[in-house]
Amino acid sequence: MSSWTDKRPMSPHVSVWRWHVTMLGSILHRATGVANYVGAILVVGWLFAMTFGPERYDEFAGIAASIPGQVILFGFTLSVVYHALNGIRHLFWDAGHGFAPKFASFTSWLVIFLSIAGAAAIWIAAGLVPGVDPLGLTGSGSAQ
Amino acid sequence: MSESIRTPLGKVRGLGAAKEGAHHFIAQRVTAIALLFLVPWFLISLLSAVRGGYQNAIDFVANPINTVLILLTVGSALYHMRIGMQVVIEDYIARTGTRMVLLMLNTFIVVALFAATGFAVLEIAT
Repeated sequence: MSSWTDKRPMSPHVSVWRWHVTMLGSILHRATGVANYVGAILVVGWLFAMTFGPERYDEFAGIAASIPGQVILFGFTLSVVYHALNGIRHLFWDAGHGFAPKFASFTSWLVIFLSIAGAAAIWIAAGLVPGVDPLGLTGSGSAQ
Repeated sequence: MSESIRTPLGKVRGLGAAKEGAHHFIAQRVTAIALLFLVPWFLISLLSAVRGGYQNAIDFVANPINTVLILLTVGSALYHMRIGMQVVIEDYIARTGTRMVLLMLNTFIVVALFAATGFAVLEIAT
């Protein structure tokens, strides 16, 4: 370290660290952001599939309704909810709040658990959990 | 004699700030706040429309309020994710050529997605 001659500011203590949940929170924010990018392509694909008529749309909907499709859709939901909730945390940080280490760790865990609960709530609200449709959104359309 | 934090290369080039450093920062947050309102509505609507079959999905998109909200949601999301992906590319891709190509590709993908969305939604709505 004594050979370091650059006078410009350096990120502090790069060789002294331990794992912290805020790291996981930060990594997940970027990872979910990239996942949402892929998910957005799927969403646009869904809108575009509609313009090709019922047959093509049903092919797309069939893939979405399959087990792998449902896993991907739930993963996408989870990813969006996490990114949104952690994004709120980022907005508070931008305003200068929430940096105390204990509190930052707490909100990291809070966002992780809330995103799981939130994704599940959205699936229940959207009527995607078999037999549960609290808002009656599915309406007259017949489910696949 | 005060110490400058500018690099020797920076001094030789003599360029100052481009005066638009905050643009992406602000745009990223403005779209984030818009998306906080739009995405919950969009997610629930989309997931239930996917479940409801073709005619249900068409009726959902063709509703004028939904048409506008879909365009706003997808538009904000694409703008937001273009900036985000640009930061990711700039962080991880050190080779100038590869970075340039990926940054351009990022723009092309986002613009193509918006064109596809605009066409699909307006086609269905009219």
